[in-house]
Amino acid sequence: MKKLLNTLFVTMPDTYLSLDGENIVIKRDDEIAGRYPLHNLEGVCTFGYAGVSPALMGKCAENNIGLTFMTRNGRFLARVVGEDKGNVVLRKEQYRISDDERRSAIFARNMILGKVYNSKWVVERALRDHALRIDTERMKQVSASLSETMKLIRGVEQLDILRGLEGSAAVQYNSVFDQLILQQKEQFFFHGRNKRPPLDNVNALLSFTYSLLAKDVTAALESVGLDAYVGFLHRDRPGRASLALDMMEELRSVYADRMVLYLINKKVVNDSGFVKKENGSVIMDDDTRKAVLKAWHERKQEKIMHPYLNEKIAWGLVPYAQALLLARHIRGDLDEYPPFFWK
Amino acid sequence: MWDDNEEDFLMLSGIQHFNFCRRQWALIHIEQQWEENVRTVEGAHLHRKADQPMLREKRGDKLIVRALPVQSRRLGISGICDVVEFVRDSSGVPLAGEEGLYVPYPVEYKRGKPKRNDSDRSQLVAQLMCLEEMLMCELKVGYLYYDEIKHRVEVPVSEADKAKVKQSLEEMRHYYERNHTPRAKTGPHCQSCSLNVVCLPEMLERKSVSSFIESRLSE
Repeated sequence: MKKLLNTLFVTMPDTYLSLDGENIVIKRDDEIAGRYPLHNLEGVCTFGYAGVSPALMGKCAENNIGLTFMTRNGRFLARVVGEDKGNVVLRKEQYRISDDERRSAIFARNMILGKVYNSKWVVERALRDHALRIDTERMKQVSASLSETMKLIRGVEQLDILRGLEGSAAVQYNSVFDQLILQQKEQFFFHGRNKRPPLDNVNALLSFTYSLLAKDVTAALESVGLDAYVGFLHRDRPGRASLALDMMEELRSVYADRMVLYLINKKVVNDSGFVKKENGSVIMDDDTRKAVLKAWHERKQEKIMHPYLNEKIAWGLVPYAQALLLARHIRGDLDEYPPFFWK
Repeated sequence: MWDDNEEDFLMLSGIQHFNFCRRQWALIHIEQQWEENVRTVEGAHLHRKADQPMLREKRGDKLIVRALPVQSRRLGISGICDVVEFVRDSSGVPLAGEEGLYVPYPVEYKRGKPKRNDSDRSQLVAQLMCLEEMLMCELKVGYLYYDEIKHRVEVPVSEADKAKVKQSLEEMRHYYERNHTPRAKTGPHCQSCSLNVVCLPEMLERKSVSSFIESRLSE
């Protein structure tokens, strides 16, 4: 498997990124605030608004370093993409599948299978680790019902039915998610998902980590030659990275939700880092965002055993490994797409 | 005969990939995947000198030409010879703008040392066949220069070698037209392959995904 390099997150708002030889130089008020050699970097992710020099953009595109622009709140804005790998054969097959609802459903169902499996094991893990603090009866019910849903998903050939099953599994999982929050319960609670804008601390954290995950998955899909904007379960919508959203489904709970729970339960973040605006929307302050990014980055370096490849890889390479497996299935090397089953 | 459609010519360098591993060739030439690794970077570095099309040297009886574009309409391939040495020889062919007769000898630069497999050789043979067609002559010898041993190895080329190259090209054409990526025969050579991380050779030998999913669901 390829090597996972570092991602440079630039969180200071008034910084300008430029190129000097083989280095990225970070400037603030015309002063140099940092300088890093590019060959160590896999990606650069900037939350600032002062910008990036065209020379640096060119260098990143040339060297396959993902350069991503995010808003201050962590919403994805844009990405610099270099010359296309031009793998038309793969893409055309992807489009054919996407145009065929039945084939799309068969592709999407494995991703949803991964999603339900992984959320089940997030619940099971809580049952194992914190039985004394949670409503075990209820959790067991949810786990059992998720298992039932998986059996049904396995045979689905229609997108509507798949969406229905996905929806009911999500309702089950969401209904106990609040129980997984074991610390700071007064300020961190989950009463349902809201995102435009997030209305509580937990939703603000979820939105932020989901957008980080979306960025990673989009880049992974494009790096193997797939079109991140043409999906199977998520249908075409201008500007929406539908395939990335499809593939994210199986990673949300294990990659992002567990990160959010860790941040709260280990008190890496606390209530004072969240600002409630007049309209009820909640945003994170700079330090909190920094703490999330730091934890995110550290998690990415941790090694795990990939369930299908049986190979030790960094967490951060999971989107890449899954994208590669998806491409290999589309090209006919694999009989099915193997979801990322994690427990 | 591929006479009129240069667009559909295969890349000459591909024959080396193909004879190293069919799947590697397909990943590069059909799927357009390319991963840099230490070896490819070394290779590129090695070619820097060879890859100077404006350099043309005359040394006594020799005319040395670098980065010479060649093609064969008969075989439907095109590519670039690292170096072609034209040696003045009464058994040779006339060259435009030069006095006398010359025999061309292609020299292909390779990193490492002479290999056991035929992949480097096959590329040289294909170059030779291109030169034969373009210059209307018959050639029997080329050279492989190896970086590690720092000298060139003479490669005699027989009719059988040329027939083998033709055979490879037919197979390549067959895959190319179907856009098909063949499965790999895995082996020790996978370790040195720059496309290992894209190919996932171990994956091809693993049990089916269906049984993987079934076993996970029945936990």
